[in-house]
Amino acid sequence: MKVEITTQKFNAGSMLLIKGDVDMNSSPDVRSSLDEVFKQGGAKALLINLSGVRYMDSSGIATLVEAMQNCMKQGMKLRLVELSPPVRDVFELARLSSIFEIFANVGDAQAGL
Amino acid sequence: MAEDRRRKTDNTQNETGPVTLIVPSHPKYLYVVRSAIYPILTDAGFGRKDARRIILAVDEACSNIIKHAYEGDHTKTITLTITDAADRFTVRLRDYGRKADTAKIAPRDLSDIRPGGLGTLFIGAAFDAVTYDTNQEQGTLLTLEKKKQQVNV
Repeated sequence: MKVEITTQKFNAGSMLLIKGDVDMNSSPDVRSSLDEVFKQGGAKALLINLSGVRYMDSSGIATLVEAMQNCMKQGMKLRLVELSPPVRDVFELARLSSIFEIFANVGDAQAGL
Repeated sequence: MAEDRRRKTDNTQNETGPVTLIVPSHPKYLYVVRSAIYPILTDAGFGRKDARRIILAVDEACSNIIKHAYEGDHTKTITLTITDAADRFTVRLRDYGRKADTAKIAPRDLSDIRPGGLGTLFIGAAFDAVTYDTNQEQGTLLTLEKKKQQVNV
């Protein structure tokens, strides 16, 4: 099962739209796309849209935690958008909902950036 | 609807399986494992949330075998044996790699925010009993058991 990752620019930075299953097999692809964004630098914010994620395991969570740490190093805001029910459930299990900034939709996530 | 519920109740009263699945130790087959288990879980009467958590736990157990028992060697195999009995749902995972070091297996503290270390937590959250049997000539037999609640019609 392949994961589809699309990177879109907006005025304050980039948004990654992830579709499919994020597991041990596909997490390296997500990490590579994130690395591209971090290499470019200069952005104020990174949005990760998870509405199309059907499945996420601990490797996907680890990738998001690494992204949060990289954003902190670069002075960028990381905002997660539209967590799908399977992602919400994994966040609940790992008690991560209070660690990340999570928004219901892209408009809300882009507000104030 | 009532007929559907009765059918599920009947399924809980007889042992189903075991279903045996042998997959290569490559992460691209994790999707196959997840897809195979889902219909067995729904037939066993588990709701969507429980099914999702059980699938996550089995996926994490397979990932751990690939990473730790086989140390990334994708040419080995993992044998999963799934049994749906009246009172419990059991998944046995057999590998033939490095034996699990049970002294080192523990869920991490959730206040410690760092990448990794969540797989064991997810396994423990989904199953009531987790047993690592390293008394095999080679590898480990991991047994995951979940008690089933009675389905009332």
